[in-house]
Parts: sequence; C-alpha cells; structure tokens
Amino acid sequence: MDRLLLLRAEGLKRQLGDRLLWSQLDLELAAGDRLGLVAPSGAGKTLLLRALAMLDPLQAGTISLQERPPAAWGLPRWRSMVLYLTQRPIAHGETVEANLRSPWKFQELRGRGGWRSERITGWLQALGRDPSFLAYDAERLSGGELQLLALLRALQLDPSVLLLDEPTASLDGATTAALETLLIEWLAAGQRACVFTSHDSEQIQRFATRTLELRP
Amino acid sequence: MTPLSSGALTISDGRLALSALLILVNVGLSAALHLGLTRSLLVASVRMVVQLLLVGFVLEWLFRQDHAPLIVLVGAAMAMIAGISAVQRTRRRFAGIYLNSLLSVMASSALVTGLAVTGLIQPQPWYDPQYLIPLLGMVLGNTLNGISLGLDRFMEGLRSGRDRVETALALGATRWEACQEVVRDAIRVAMIPTINSMMVMGLVSLPGMMTGQILQGAAPDAAVRYQIVILFMIASATALGVFGVVGLAYRRLTSADHQLRLDRLIG
Repeated sequence: MDRLLLLRAEGLKRQLGDRLLWSQLDLELAAGDRLGLVAPSGAGKTLLLRALAMLDPLQAGTISLQERPPAAWGLPRWRSMVLYLTQRPIAHGETVEANLRSPWKFQELRGRGGWRSERITGWLQALGRDPSFLAYDAERLSGGELQLLALLRALQLDPSVLLLDEPTASLDGATTAALETLLIEWLAAGQRACVFTSHDSEQIQRFATRTLELRP
Repeated sequence: MTPLSSGALTISDGRLALSALLILVNVGLSAALHLGLTRSLLVASVRMVVQLLLVGFVLEWLFRQDHAPLIVLVGAAMAMIAGISAVQRTRRRFAGIYLNSLLSVMASSALVTGLAVTGLIQPQPWYDPQYLIPLLGMVLGNTLNGISLGLDRFMEGLRSGRDRVETALALGATRWEACQEVVRDAIRVAMIPTINSMMVMGLVSLPGMMTGQILQGAAPDAAVRYQIVILFMIASATALGVFGVVGLAYRRLTSADHQLRLDRLIG
C-alpha cells in the first residue's frame, strides 16, 4: 500500500542577495519519512526548513500539505502542522511546565487536545529525565535541556511534519540515542514525517530514511 | 481670560546678548572634560536663536491673518515637520516609516487640537491663530517624542526578540499573539515621559507656557487652567499618535501570512 503523501514542494528557490542557495527544489514527504538534509554550512538548510514552515515568503514555487496550500489551511494552522524547531530554542522565564503549556493558549490550539501531563512525563522518562524537570526554571536550563524542552513542546502538538534544525547539537550521546528512538516511535504512532539537519554524518546515515542534497 | 499682550518687562538687545554668555558654562565644561560637544553646543545655540527670532517674525505676521485655510496649512506644515523629525531620532528605518509617522502625527494632533478649539477653549473664530498655533505646537512637540520612543523601542524590540517571536509563530501563534508583548512594551515606554511629567507637574516643573503667561501678567489661576487642558491634550494626542505609529509599524514589519518581516528593516 502506498504511504500517505503529506508534504509536497515544487520549484522552490532561495536567493540571498546575489547568491543563489538553491533552486528548482522539489520535495515529497510521505508518512514515515525521515529526510536528512545534506549540505555544507551556509548552504541554506535552515532557510529551507523556514520556507517549509512558511516563516519566510516563498521566492518561487509552491508547497502543500495533503494537497492543500498553506493559505487554505490558514498560516497558524499550517505552522502547527508543519512545525519548525529552531537551532536556538527559546523559553521564557518560568517553569518548564509553563513553557510546555504556553502554545495551548494560542487561538489556533485552544480547541485541541490540550495539556496531557502523563504523555509528557512518559516522554521525559524515555529521554532519561525525571518528572521534576517540569518544575525547573526554564531560563536556567542548559543548551541541551532547552532542546529537549523545545522538542516536547512541539511533539505534544502532534504536527504532521516536524522540521528539526540540528535537534541534537547540544546533547550527549546517550540522550541523542534516546531522542532518536523516541522520534521513531512518535513518527510511527500516526501519519507523520520529519525533515532534519545534522552536522553529524553518522547521525544522518543512522536516522535518515533518505537524504536530500541542497545545491544551487 | 487675561489677554496675552499685556506687559512683561522687555528684554533689550544688549541683555539678550548677555544671556548668550551662559552657554560658555557648557562650552567650558565640554572643553575641560574633552566631551567633544563644543561644536554641537555652538551650532545648537545659533540654531536656537535664529529659529526663535524667525519664528517671532512669522508669528507676528501669522497672528494678523484671518483666513482659515492659510492657518490650517501652517498647522499642517508644523505637523509635517514633527512627523519627519520623529523618525530622524530612530536608529532603524523601514520603507514607509515617514508616511506612517506623518499619518499618525497628523491624525492625532488634528483630532485632539480640533476638539480643544471647538469644544474646550472655543476661541472665536475656532482657527484664531493666537490659540490654534501655540496649542498645536505644544501637542506636536510632545507627540513627536512619544512617536520617536515608541517606534524605536518597537523596532529594537522586534530585533532583539526575534527568536522569541518566531518561536511563537512556529508553534502556531498568529502574528498578533507573537508580537503583542513587543507592541505593548513600545507603547508603554512611549507614554512614560508624558505620565512622568504629569506626576511632577507644578511640584518639580513649571511648564514653559504657564511661566510665559504668568510673566505676561495673567492670573496664575487662569494660566493653570490652560495648563491642565493642554496636558490632557498632550496625553491623549501622544497616546493616539503612538498607538497609530506602532500599529502601522507592526503591520509593516509583519505580514498577513503571519510572518516576521525584519528584512524590511534598514539599518
């Protein structure tokens, strides 16, 4: 049986000033895909993820999720379904739990499932963290802990496509492995896919089901 | 109301020149401490004297006019200068910033000053330049500060809070949900000087206009009443102007697609 097609992008282009980063870029993501972006630093991996999340205007081409363009979904809904995680996660100065709860206050998400603490603690356990992590002051987290916070904040919204920008850059080896396992389980639990970047070529070989090379 | 034309002591040319020696205090200080301000101080002094003397002539001519469109035109020119100056104090720009500032200054000052001359002070006729022009000037001078502060704070706030704003957007926030803290902060900061000055009014500062009226022989009670009306005018016009300009900047630096458009920011 064919897997469900989630995201389709056609003819995308990105230019920074005079410099053409990538063009004529086509991409299809089906449920279960784990697409690794391969390119040297500065080749526009982050910009591609941002473009897919519609955080920047498209310079050329079209994208759609389940054959519907972003405008048809509405942009806030699009982003909650094609969810981008930045390289530099941001939290505000409250507890981890308050940060995790914060997106549920958005108009777009208010009507949906909402906060489920047993799910979050299950994930924390899978990542080798104690439930007391939820009570930590988010501004005092280490870089790696901030990445975990950002990941959980995103996973709980159950996006269709997760866009991960260097998701394990600040994590130790054990947590990285746990995170990869958790992601694979999460992806298998629904019609979901992810796109990710990594400086670690071993991680790309290990975790990606296929790769995409960016070139002008 | 006591007419403003009765006599305060006249300052002769010689004594006016003598007063300019006071600036030597600043020049001396600047030279002694190597503040590098000597040139600016002298330029500012000369500009101040020349501009005020010219304005004296212009006002004498203007107060003799009795032609509504002409006076409104002068008012519009003043508002335009205020709108442009407000932008020149900001560190960054975006295309359309001058238009935004002009619209905000003109709309807020026209509304508030219009209400004041037609409803509160009611000179006859409403466009009597002896009332309209100084009232408008007071309102513009203060709105200008508010707009500068609000615009600058808003643009800096978006720049420094960029990751925070985009994190919210990426999680499904609307542009308003993502930016409202920055918008609120900009408006709040822009209103602080106005609120501060109302707080200490009369205790620490005797406003220039009131001092002027009293020197001219007006009863303090009458001068105070003018001052109260003017402060309320200033507060409301500043609030409207700041609200307008920050709102327009917000629309310009975000998009209907709920994107942050800092690429539109120059500088």
